[in-house]
Amino acid sequence: MSKNLRINNKQFVDETRKLSFIFNGKKLYGYKGDTLASALLSNDIHLVGRSFKYHRPRGIMTSGSEEPNAILQIGNDDALTDPNVRATEIELYDGLICNSQNCWPSVKFDIGGINNFLSPLLPAGFYYKTFMWPASFWEKYEYFIRKSAGLGKSPTKQDPDMYDHRYMHCDILIVGGGVSGLIAAKIASDDNKKVLLLEDKELLGGSLIYDDNDISKIDNQKSSEWLKKLIENIKNDKNIIIKTRTSLAAYHNYNFLLARQNLTDHLSVNDRNNKIRQRLYKIRAKKVIISTGAIERPQVFHNNDRPGIMLASAVKKYIDYYGVRCGLENVIFTNNDSAYETALSLHKSGTKLNAIIDIRDNSSSEIVNKVKSLGIQIYWNHTVVNTKGYKRINKITIMKLNDKGNDVVGKKIELNCDCLAISGGWTPMVHLFTQSGGKLKFDNKDNIFVPDKTNLNQLSIGSAKGDFELDDVLKNSIKDTKKFLQIENSNFDKIDVKCSKEKEKKNIWLLPSDKPLSKTKPFLDYQNDSTAKDIKLALREGFKSIEHVKRYTTTGMGTDQGKLANMHALGIVADTTNTNMGDLGTTTFRPPYTPLTFGTIVGRNVGQFFDIFRKTPMHEWHVENNAKFENVGQWKRAWYYPKDGETMHDAVQRESKAARESSGILDASTLGKIDIQGTDANEFLNRVYTNAWSKLQIGKCRYGLMLNEDGMVYDDGVTTKLGENHYLMTTTTGGAANVMSKLEDYLQTEWPELDVFLTSVTDHYATASVCGPNAKKIINKIFKDLDLSDESFPHMSFKEVKLGNINCRIMRISFTGELSYEINVEASYGKYIWEKCIEAGKEFNITPYGTETMHLLRAEKGFIIVGQDTDGTMTPVDLQMDWIISKKKYDFIGKRSLYRSDTIREDRKQLVGLLTDDPNEILEEGAQIVKDENKKPVDMLGHVTSSYFSPTLKKSIALAVLKEGKRLKGQKLLVPMIDKTIKVTVSDTIFLDKENERING
Amino acid sequence: MFLINCPYCGERDQSEFVSGGEAHIARPKQPTELNDDQWAEYLFMRKNIKGIQFERWNHAHGCRKWFNVARDTSNDKIEKIYKMGEQPPKL
Repeated sequence: MSKNLRINNKQFVDETRKLSFIFNGKKLYGYKGDTLASALLSNDIHLVGRSFKYHRPRGIMTSGSEEPNAILQIGNDDALTDPNVRATEIELYDGLICNSQNCWPSVKFDIGGINNFLSPLLPAGFYYKTFMWPASFWEKYEYFIRKSAGLGKSPTKQDPDMYDHRYMHCDILIVGGGVSGLIAAKIASDDNKKVLLLEDKELLGGSLIYDDNDISKIDNQKSSEWLKKLIENIKNDKNIIIKTRTSLAAYHNYNFLLARQNLTDHLSVNDRNNKIRQRLYKIRAKKVIISTGAIERPQVFHNNDRPGIMLASAVKKYIDYYGVRCGLENVIFTNNDSAYETALSLHKSGTKLNAIIDIRDNSSSEIVNKVKSLGIQIYWNHTVVNTKGYKRINKITIMKLNDKGNDVVGKKIELNCDCLAISGGWTPMVHLFTQSGGKLKFDNKDNIFVPDKTNLNQLSIGSAKGDFELDDVLKNSIKDTKKFLQIENSNFDKIDVKCSKEKEKKNIWLLPSDKPLSKTKPFLDYQNDSTAKDIKLALREGFKSIEHVKRYTTTGMGTDQGKLANMHALGIVADTTNTNMGDLGTTTFRPPYTPLTFGTIVGRNVGQFFDIFRKTPMHEWHVENNAKFENVGQWKRAWYYPKDGETMHDAVQRESKAARESSGILDASTLGKIDIQGTDANEFLNRVYTNAWSKLQIGKCRYGLMLNEDGMVYDDGVTTKLGENHYLMTTTTGGAANVMSKLEDYLQTEWPELDVFLTSVTDHYATASVCGPNAKKIINKIFKDLDLSDESFPHMSFKEVKLGNINCRIMRISFTGELSYEINVEASYGKYIWEKCIEAGKEFNITPYGTETMHLLRAEKGFIIVGQDTDGTMTPVDLQMDWIISKKKYDFIGKRSLYRSDTIREDRKQLVGLLTDDPNEILEEGAQIVKDENKKPVDMLGHVTSSYFSPTLKKSIALAVLKEGKRLKGQKLLVPMIDKTIKVTVSDTIFLDKENERING
Repeated sequence: MFLINCPYCGERDQSEFVSGGEAHIARPKQPTELNDDQWAEYLFMRKNIKGIQFERWNHAHGCRKWFNVARDTSNDKIEKIYKMGEQPPKL
């Protein structure tokens, strides 16, 4: 540290705690309380990055979240590295490692810098214009565009950090802990409201807390001293919860807000172990007060982007708060009074201020007079026309403005300068207000957009509302807060505020230069390298809407979201097109206000908590017996049980053979189960299923098909009549919840007169389904007293029996075509009854089978699976299931739609069977079916929905939906694949046991 | 994220509810009497207006009751919540 840039004796930086950090491989030092930016500046480092397009050297520009240039890669760990972190926001910690982005091989010598000289070839819309042709080259262009796109590197390994979510509720949410927010918090608390106060910095107080000039006074005290007392008061206030290091990310409708709290990012890496890194607050506030302040605007002139050019307010904060001089040869360039506060801070800290350039003709406010009295040279009515110094500014050239302010006159004056503090006025932070749906209005006096209309219970105060001078900020905040909270009196009513008042204003969006515009580089958006020229080019090319200009020029589309650039872009568009800025409107502000890491958004919902999954009571048995699982909805279902390194195909062949030849067992617990009770239960079933239910007797089961009102198949399943007014409906595994809510919907809204009650009992019962020729013998071994004769217990019937104390409901129903019993028990006995079946079935080689074998077995019988063989466009007629549509019933859900002109078309896609000419060839599910391969475009007649190799039939079988399929039975068609064409013949959908003889064993 | 005042449970977060589309479209009592156009009108045609829209909502992760909501689609303000079977309010 050769230069003396540190100013001693600062209250916010602890010089007794020296911290080391590494920037681009070099070890440097700062102090506790520094940000990374202030520590770099104290080491005389301005150059921290390269711009996105031209790779121009860029330096730290601001002291806050609006920083466009100083965005660094933090950390060098593959899992923990964090790209695009603003150096102005990160608190320095011991051992911090950071690197510049978007430069190679280094920030000081960057090959991409050649783009700066190619810039005449890289105008706005360059990519749109260049990469359009020839179209076939797109894939090649894409590779290079992707390579040069983006800043920083994403972590390549899983994020090991912990993140948290928390809900919060409050009467009054106050966003921003500056002076106006603090006053509002106190007023609300005094009115006994529960207040939540958010501040994105580590300390409360905003910019007033380090205000050190002698002009501003509150109640005859130095304003910062007055504020410190208020903060102490608020910290001890039990009505106020304060969250610091917490920035508001999003403001949604109904006063629902998201805020992110940083909990460990300021700690050294070793101190972060086992701590939550960030917490996302989901806040519901009765009322919201926005006191987010304002950000300073830069000025737009030729070469306004060199390292060393900073916002005047930032230069002031680095001196007054961090005790860091940003340069030793300072010049201020302003159009307003606020930069004169920077002049006083520079003077007070003994830092050399070479001159002030002011585009106004004069100013005679108290603060300007004070600066004049210090003998500082002020160039009135002058502007900067150029700057010099590649990696750090070293000289500026200024000239006098003409009367209109659109050109420069007279002689050039050159000034030495290693830090140029610029100020173009202030922009209220209205982002949150507009995110919430609020409408802005334009204030012509200050050239700002301010909050206007809102539907929500919210208020903007302080400079976020457009008040910039201390007396306005305080008095209006007090007045507006009282009105908003409907309070008559407050403890601040007699507040006495003194401050300098600005009298002269002048604003020029694009400052003139002695060179023509085409030869200059007046930057608007520093991060995306868009200049005033680009805006003008876009307008010449016919873009009118500000939203289009933004996208074409990419102004305001960087990680800073145009916090600095947007107002100038609007101003230049308005000037060029002779429009009022208020009529032009603004681009849309969208959440998040500052970028959020994905970890914060997902919180604890990672790994096994990403989504819930459901396990059947028999799950552990499946795991112990080496089952592979498949996800069905949220369920984990046993898929197949490979033995001795079997493939899925081998396992399925073995399992299905066993089920057909002796016995198999399936865990069917996942099927949806709805308990239906009430005197109108039977009528209800008649209305929701296509077939008739009136004659179903107690103890009998029936298969039903449920349609949507549009006539398309929605769900299917077997319903059992347990008692006079008591049914148990089963649904598909995936459709259970939807069926339940659909039925509930009809009951509550269309048929409230029906006496029917529905209860979801899916989780209450476990189901073991035993099938195969030996099923009866196995069941007989377990339930010795149960009469299993076909007369007493025929197919599609039900018995209630006891096994010890366990109530068992046994349904004789079959989804495989085999003799089959489904044993339903209370869920907690599921594993017991399953093991009982396995034990009893041992001598019959009972074989557990999974969903894959179940699918094969039912496909052999031509049974559909809703959702696999149907897709929401299949009617029962399309499925060749006309038999299940009752002709007698007057109405059921979807009936009228079955004879709409579209549903009675003969050439609809219909369910058919397909047999391959080569019996060993297995079709791929989803494969397209055609008649003539050579016709172009080829007519796609349908697709394969289910396909298996049947070990029983020793050939491949498939189900498919096919245009006019019913008429095409016996026809030869083609299934073209990527490497061959498979010949198929359309067949019946039932491949095995058409006579249904196996059902009785 | 809306705050919805379920007529049976009180104010709850929107995440507990599902929307069920336009309200006051009664299922025809005698569908077989309708021609294709009339049936299509019931089945497919829904309003999409800027302004007050009457909608059905279900407290799916709560009491599972359906109810009606009058919502201004231009600003998502819920003007009125009323039970199934009640007439839409004049707004």
